[in-house]
Amino acid sequence: MKLTLKIWRQKNAQAKGSMQTYAIDGVDGDMSFLEMLDVLNEQLIDKGEEPVVFDHDCREGICGSCSLQINGEPHGPDRLVTTCQLHMRKFNDGDTIVIEPFRAKAFPVIKDLMVDRSSFDRIQQAGGFISVNTSGNTIDANAIPINKHDADESFEAATCIGCGACVAACKNASAMLFTSAKVSQFALLPQGRVEATQRVLNMVEQMDKEGFGNCTNTGACEVECPKGISLENIARMNREYLTASLKG
Amino acid sequence: MGLLSSSIARKVAMALSGLFLVFFLAQHFVINFTSVIAPDTFNSWSHFMGTNGLVQFVLQPILIFGVVFHFVMGFVLEIKNRNARAVKYASYKGSANASWASRNMIISGLVILAFLGLHFYDFWIPEIVHKYIESHPEDPTRYYAETVHKFESHTRVIIYVIAFILLAVHLWHGFASAFQSVGFNNKYSRGLKGFTKAFAIVIPAGFIFIALYHHINHLIH
Repeated sequence: MKLTLKIWRQKNAQAKGSMQTYAIDGVDGDMSFLEMLDVLNEQLIDKGEEPVVFDHDCREGICGSCSLQINGEPHGPDRLVTTCQLHMRKFNDGDTIVIEPFRAKAFPVIKDLMVDRSSFDRIQQAGGFISVNTSGNTIDANAIPINKHDADESFEAATCIGCGACVAACKNASAMLFTSAKVSQFALLPQGRVEATQRVLNMVEQMDKEGFGNCTNTGACEVECPKGISLENIARMNREYLTASLKG
Repeated sequence: MGLLSSSIARKVAMALSGLFLVFFLAQHFVINFTSVIAPDTFNSWSHFMGTNGLVQFVLQPILIFGVVFHFVMGFVLEIKNRNARAVKYASYKGSANASWASRNMIISGLVILAFLGLHFYDFWIPEIVHKYIESHPEDPTRYYAETVHKFESHTRVIIYVIAFILLAVHLWHGFASAFQSVGFNNKYSRGLKGFTKAFAIVIPAGFIFIALYHHINHLIH
């Protein structure tokens, strides 16, 4: 199929970017969106032009590297997929596709479609872990019985790959879904309860420091999340935060 | 304001002030509805609300604070949220993942705020002038006629109807959203959501009915 691509090009973090139009032919419906961009880049390199920079790594939907705002939606029009899992058969011959980087003050553009998502790393570092002695005396995690419901909910929260689609989709560029998933995966387990109070306070403080917006419960994040992380996690984080604040 | 320095604290404050205003709206509706079914009851309840010390000097200031707090915080959040995305998308498909009501609370909120200006001009300011500035003697029978008189104007009734439609839109997202904000999202949420959506339709529709009832009543007589 033939497509017209409108792609955000920006030389570096300081440069002023703009949308550029490219025509591409011979796109197969079985290609992934990233493979289509690979084809475009090969064409650009052949012509002596600079290829389009975009993030990618595993290309099987688990690393959270690929991003892209495609036709106004993070990871494109399909649901529960990352950009690398989005097939070109979702588009029609002759379509115009607008491709932009994830937009948020806390996700500054590095180049073209690649953004700096290290703000997520700093939120994780503020409390998204448990302090365990790993010097050889570690207690087997399975030695503590955990009811199935809690284990499942915790695991579901832990499937968050930190891609940033929640921020990109949110009209307020809020990182509540990401942060709440990281808070929830520990809050539901006895191993995580030990540091629960400090964890939620520190992670929310870091989230606010990074310049993300405030959540207004539109639910856009849940719809666009490639892993289907639920809004229930945000409610849980709100409860955790309120309880932690009262404890001081 | 240190207490409101975190995003979650602001969200909870927005939710609690909103829930308080929803509660006020429900009682306001009940009293207003008596003007349709029992004018005498309307007069006596209005007289009570207008002269009771607890209502006038404790509840009324709390209500005014609640309203001011809710819209000031709403503006603050709107500005902060706009700043969180300095460079806008060339293409942003908000309708693909969220309702119009949830994405445009600032628009419905501003319409309600403008309406409150008119509502204060219509009822609250004349009431304060009547009672506390001109110091007229108490008359428990004046309220019904004064209220009905306001709904004689076509323009005013049209503005009221539009404002109540936007109030319904605001409540459609806001009422259910408040429970999520305070952390209430569990097996009972589905039923609660149904109640909040019904409330968002029924109460504004009821206010519209009252305005139209008095207006049509005036046209007939």
